[in-house]
Amino acid sequence: MNYETVIGLEVHVELKTASKIFCGCKNDSKSEPNTNVCPVCMGHPGALPVLNKNALELGLRAALALNCQINQHSKFDRKNYFYPDSPKGYQISQFDKPIGEHGYIEIEVGGERKRIGITRLHLEEDAGKSTHAADGSHTLVDFNRTGVPLIEIVSEPDIRSPEEARLYLEALKSIMEYCDVSDCRMEEGSLRCDANISLRPVGSTTFGNKAELKNMNSFRNVQRGLEYEVERQRELYEAGEPVVQETRRFDEATQTTISMRSKEEAHDYRYFPEPDLVDLDIDDAWLAQIRTSIPELPAAKRRRYEEELGLPAYDAGVLTADPKTAAYYEQVLAAGADAKAASNWVMSDILGALNSEGKTFAECPITPENLAGLIGEIGSGKISSKQGREVFKAMWETGKSAVAIIKEQGMEQISDVAVLGPILDEVIAHNEKSVADYKGGKDRALAALVGQVMKATKGKANPALVNQLLIEKINAL
Amino acid sequence: MKITAETVSHVARLARLAMPPEDLRQLAPQLSDILEYAEQLQQVQLDGVEPTSHPFQEVNVLRDDVVRPSLPRDLALANAPEAEAGQVRVPAVLEGGGGA
Repeated sequence: MNYETVIGLEVHVELKTASKIFCGCKNDSKSEPNTNVCPVCMGHPGALPVLNKNALELGLRAALALNCQINQHSKFDRKNYFYPDSPKGYQISQFDKPIGEHGYIEIEVGGERKRIGITRLHLEEDAGKSTHAADGSHTLVDFNRTGVPLIEIVSEPDIRSPEEARLYLEALKSIMEYCDVSDCRMEEGSLRCDANISLRPVGSTTFGNKAELKNMNSFRNVQRGLEYEVERQRELYEAGEPVVQETRRFDEATQTTISMRSKEEAHDYRYFPEPDLVDLDIDDAWLAQIRTSIPELPAAKRRRYEEELGLPAYDAGVLTADPKTAAYYEQVLAAGADAKAASNWVMSDILGALNSEGKTFAECPITPENLAGLIGEIGSGKISSKQGREVFKAMWETGKSAVAIIKEQGMEQISDVAVLGPILDEVIAHNEKSVADYKGGKDRALAALVGQVMKATKGKANPALVNQLLIEKINAL
Repeated sequence: MKITAETVSHVARLARLAMPPEDLRQLAPQLSDILEYAEQLQQVQLDGVEPTSHPFQEVNVLRDDVVRPSLPRDLALANAPEAEAGQVRVPAVLEGGGGA
């Protein structure tokens, strides 16, 4: 039988605020343990939460960017459960009135555009961090992360393959980065993903029993965990065995998923309206103002690069995936560089060098203006593209401009006909055989003559111009 | 609303309360009585009244995103039954019991 894969993702994104969501403690879970805590986030009796305006606005910005309808009347609820990392015995979250609902993200699968629905986006507080002793004797709890603002983004079960899941996550991360709501560093936990996955016979409209996958700390691992799970569930179905509805943990070492055997009884969170926080009433003017804070998003930017700049789809995709790459590229263009030439240099040379040295754009030794300068020197024929690579290397190492490097290294390409003329005449006079061969129809003889000119000019002559001038001169003989 | 001994037992488990069977049997009718008493409110005529989650009209109580001093760590951990390396020490817990 053929099976269809059904995947839904739950993504938690930490918001980039200065302080926590309901108290003034610093939003920094990497400080020394329990140094960013107070009576509010430690759940001391009588302490009252007050919502951080910036967290709300970042959440709304994210919801709008994900095409969500905004619940202008929204509220918070208590989600009750006991776990040591939740000092209050409940998490302040949103239940029936999340700030955003019915959104979507567009991904491109095999050249086709596909829309993945977003069920809801809500605001909530993060829990603390537990460290389990290796010998299983005890657990240590750090509350620095307790109360860090989160948005939870729940997708519709519209995802049909592990690859689509990865594409959805990449698109989501990109949009969050463009909106500047989060760092989205999965390896540091500022973006976390759980996945629900089930199989069903092709054509079926009901869902099979699902597994909830946790503990995947990279997009690649999300894809791998899901791929493993597709195979595991398929084998169970084919053997006529039931798929147990359960939570499973991705194990990076073995690249498999392992049942967490957690009691499934418990998902009884007894939500009720949070009595310590008043309702939210987000009026049209406020919403309009938040909408104006959303920059051009990656999908729109990609279309513009293709349509207005004439870039190939591949280039547009690479340049717009990360807002910092796009910003750099656009500065190169603003400094006057040709769109396609700039795309080539940014995609292969700049990104390649940054990646190999583990640097960010902020640390890039070549400014956009200097890169545009280099592209200009090549375009005008002052240096050859081969020389351009050397200049690029020197610019990367020294941070100097192309003009300065070219001058220092005496690289100026000779494109002056008045300078080249006498040199060409001399080469023609001393290489009668090659000239005769060329005239006799041996095109390759021309290359030998060009080589002589290059030798005479220590490689500085403009090869294309030399080629052209030689043909003119020989034909005129 | 009739509360059964099973319901009391379920809620007791959620609240991590140990509940001897005789207490369960005693509590079930008592809780039923309390809920039935409160259910009288259902008879109030509420046509045209908007449901609210608070008894007051105030909305949008917000604070600016400004960092304020946190508790000194000694004080933050003063009420923890056990602390170790600046953290609260608790009995070993299984991974995955929580959920943000």
